[in-house]
Amino acid sequence: MAANLHWFANPTRFLRLARVVLPVAAALGLICFAAGLYDALVLSPIDYQQKDSVRIMYIHVPAAWLALGVYTGIALMSAVALVWRHPLADLGAKAAAPLGAGFAAICLATGSIWGLPTWGTWWVWDARLTSMLILFFLYLGYLALWQAYDDPERAARAAGILAIVGAVNVPIVKFSVDWWNTLHQPASVFTLSGPKIDPSMLRPLLLMTGGYVCFFLVVLILRMRAEIAARRVRALRLARVEG
Amino acid sequence: MRAFLAILRRDIALGFRQGGTAGLALGFFGLVVLLFPLGIGPERETLGRIAAGVLWIAALLAVLISLDRLFQADHEDGSLELLALSPLPLELVVLAKLAAHWAACCLPLIALAPVLGLMLNLPPTAIPGLITALLLGTPTLSAIGAIGAALAVGVRRGGFLLSLLVLPLYVPVLIFGAGATEAAISGLGLAAHLLILAALAVASVGLSPIAAAAALRLSLE
Repeated sequence: MAANLHWFANPTRFLRLARVVLPVAAALGLICFAAGLYDALVLSPIDYQQKDSVRIMYIHVPAAWLALGVYTGIALMSAVALVWRHPLADLGAKAAAPLGAGFAAICLATGSIWGLPTWGTWWVWDARLTSMLILFFLYLGYLALWQAYDDPERAARAAGILAIVGAVNVPIVKFSVDWWNTLHQPASVFTLSGPKIDPSMLRPLLLMTGGYVCFFLVVLILRMRAEIAARRVRALRLARVEG
Repeated sequence: MRAFLAILRRDIALGFRQGGTAGLALGFFGLVVLLFPLGIGPERETLGRIAAGVLWIAALLAVLISLDRLFQADHEDGSLELLALSPLPLELVVLAKLAAHWAACCLPLIALAPVLGLMLNLPPTAIPGLITALLLGTPTLSAIGAIGAALAVGVRRGGFLLSLLVLPLYVPVLIFGAGATEAAISGLGLAAHLLILAALAVASVGLSPIAAAAALRLSLE
């Protein structure tokens, strides 16, 4: 495990891998989004109660999954970076954070737009909405901590500690909010007895999720590449000043 | 153990002396509570209904503003480096400092809370429940706050950063603390809320010194 991680720690090797993965992810993402959007907006049936507004789900639900998944990913990468001093894990966590915050914002905005026709209000203080809002603020705190330090090494480790503390706390926050108040429907795709949603709606949902994941990968790789380049520039400048 | 007690005694003394956190936090706590009747209106029924939440939010904010000085003052005058060099592990230094913070900042708040509660028309029968909930909930506030304070040491505008880092993590304490107090008002059993608050306190006081010490080592490099 550790050996494999170190194999990826070399930025040159990562850049070589990224050159292969990037076009594949971009092409796959485009296909998923095209097929998913056509399926979601044209082919999939309307809901008997919510009419066409149910189609917001295909934007809303993948964003929610990704917002949670990206936070978990950041916490895992931070743990790897703190334990093994893995330089790329730091970069990955930093590059992923604004994306995760963006997914959380999309989820909140589309949820609110969906809430007006179905619940009759833009916002309710319901468990799921509140916990997503808290997650959004956790992302903001994490990003602010990255900005607060001048030295990227120190910023990386401080942000890593925060991400791990947050990861311990997020389930507690989630459960406390869940017991507090609820209106949002419970999970209906990932249940023990299999998905409870009709295949004609599940298919576009999964296609859109695939598109979101590919989009995330593409932007993540681009941001990590830019960050590697920026650090190289910084190192070269320092070398020139010293030499 | 002697070093641990020495830090504890020193920080508690500093907290209560002139310009210490105890007086300031207490004044802030009272003022925040004062703002609610002015903003919402003096109807006694309304105030009684929101009293539990108001007291908890005010306590949370008072603890939050006092956190800024938890490590920052020691960092500025260099005593943090001496503490880190002492044979006592940094984790225990943090534990001593957060225990002192709780004694100097949270205990006075808990003592004042019943008075403010009565002013907000909180039923007197709910006072024991309020005090128990505060006693069990505030250690978690100090413990989680210590992590945020350690991360913000030596950072420009650390106070702002601190609130952004710490407040989202305070949510469970607020929910169960206010829940316990609500339950005490309505006469329902509050044991479940209190047990969860106690569990949170045990876990956070046990684990947060490790994270806070790691963050402090970062600022000492």
